Amino acid sequence: MTTPPGDALPIASNEDVVQVRQSVRAVAAAVGMSLVDQTKIVTAASELARNTFVHGGGGSAQVERVVNARGRPGVRLVFTDKGPGIPDVAQALTEGWTSGGGLGLGLPGTRRLVDEFELETAVGEGTTVTVAKWAR
Amino acid sequence: MTGASDSAHLSTLLESERETLLGRWVEIVAATMRGRLTADELRVELGELYALIERAVLGGDDEAAGELRAALGEISRSRARQGFTPTETATSVFALKQAVLERVEASADTAAYAEFAAFSSRVDELGLVTFETYAAAREQVIADQMEQLLELSTPVVKLWDGILGVPLVGTLDSARTQVVMESLLERLVETGSQIAILDITGVPAVDTEVAQHLLKTVMAARLMGTECVISGIRPQIAQTIVALGVEFGEIATKATLADALAYALDKTGAHPGERTGA
Amino acid sequence: MDRVPILKIGEVLLVSIQVDLQDQTVLALQEDLAERIVATGARGVIIDITAVDIVDSFIGRMFATIASMSRLMDAETVVVGMRPAVAITLVELGLSLGGVRTALDLEKGMRLLGAPLPAAGPGALDGR
Repeated sequence: MTTPPGDALPIASNEDVVQVRQSVRAVAAAVGMSLVDQTKIVTAASELARNTFVHGGGGSAQVERVVNARGRPGVRLVFTDKGPGIPDVAQALTEGWTSGGGLGLGLPGTRRLVDEFELETAVGEGTTVTVAKWAR
Repeated sequence: MTGASDSAHLSTLLESERETLLGRWVEIVAATMRGRLTADELRVELGELYALIERAVLGGDDEAAGELRAALGEISRSRARQGFTPTETATSVFALKQAVLERVEASADTAAYAEFAAFSSRVDELGLVTFETYAAAREQVIADQMEQLLELSTPVVKLWDGILGVPLVGTLDSARTQVVMESLLERLVETGSQIAILDITGVPAVDTEVAQHLLKTVMAARLMGTECVISGIRPQIAQTIVALGVEFGEIATKATLADALAYALDKTGAHPGERTGA
Repeated sequence: MDRVPILKIGEVLLVSIQVDLQDQTVLALQEDLAERIVATGARGVIIDITAVDIVDSFIGRMFATIASMSRLMDAETVVVGMRPAVAITLVELGLSLGGVRTALDLEKGMRLLGAPLPAAGPGALDGR
């Protein structure tokens, strides 16, 4: 069930968001995450996939099984879109701020669900969010 | 791997003098065991090693070499669990050199003596294998114990029909608070309980992170349709919580576990002496 | 797209979510529920999420929307059966579901709404 690196899942519809959740769940379970940690990473994936679809105009998600420096297994997710990008990153990462439309709790909530969080964005070029979570 | 031809004399010696050498080996090791393992137990254990060493070290048999490593690993793991020191464990292997050397010297066989140096360094390697496995096994024992302690130190008890209690004692860190939170919420579902009391009388200090975790536990319990009361908040902890600016809001907090239980009984409409289904 | 069925038990509408929800299904459910509340004059709505293994902000917000919407039509909403892992995650995410009432299971949810419980085996009506 592990998606090999480079094999990205498309995010072009609401069904794709569900598909991403299911792939992440399978990999998180396979690396031996606790039920709570599985739920956290799947929820984070759901938030980010929806962002990619709604704000980024669609894109892709890469779901990988990884091992960190201390030998702990985990899951890494990379969400990429070619959308408008985020003009003010600091603001997007500020607590209590969402881009409106009633979607998402913004990125700070998602960031709390994972162990590693990285945001790369350029206005007019797109956004890439990389997150990782390790099995305890 | 030492070829058979390089150690012909030693091979012959180990084969022909098996009983004497093994007996001496067991004798030397038994002296260091101070009765924790009997000579018979040692004879079985070392007898197996002896045969494997003959095949692997002197005979150059690769398959036996793998078996030997596995056998050594098994011995050091069981020694680690029984509380032997790593030195004692490695000495069990090194003692073979002493037994063999004594025989070689007695036989005055110079060819066997020349082969002994290579044999000795091979046995040293085997001793180090036990050391490595020993260290890994001890780490595993420590990790298991930590996990057991974590579970032991966070019991979730039923105080009354529909009321659970968690008496927290000792220092609360982030990991432990998380374990408490998860097991408490699981137990609420399993028992269909309406109220949980988190008693922190035995907790010496609360920092921001722990206070946040307690708060999250209460909020998660609420999302599940249950209530969580915190009791045993001592004056210093109350001061800390206020000073840290953690918002405990409308969470029910009680000074003592008794107050919390009275509150919970009142909430669930239970009356002591009229337990249902008791 | 799947539609989530809405059952009527007395004066209560019961929604038991059994599928992995996608956003369109969530929006359709909100619409369907509004119509059914008006059509049936229901006094309560129970959303049973015992089988749901994740609730993200979109689904969480649906609960709040349904709760305030049904309140306007004089019906009370209770979300029942949230799993511990889901609750912990929602708290971490920062969603407190203000204004949404919750109960441990369907039975307690029915009781919270003051709805008569269907007669069942022993245990269904124990306690208070």
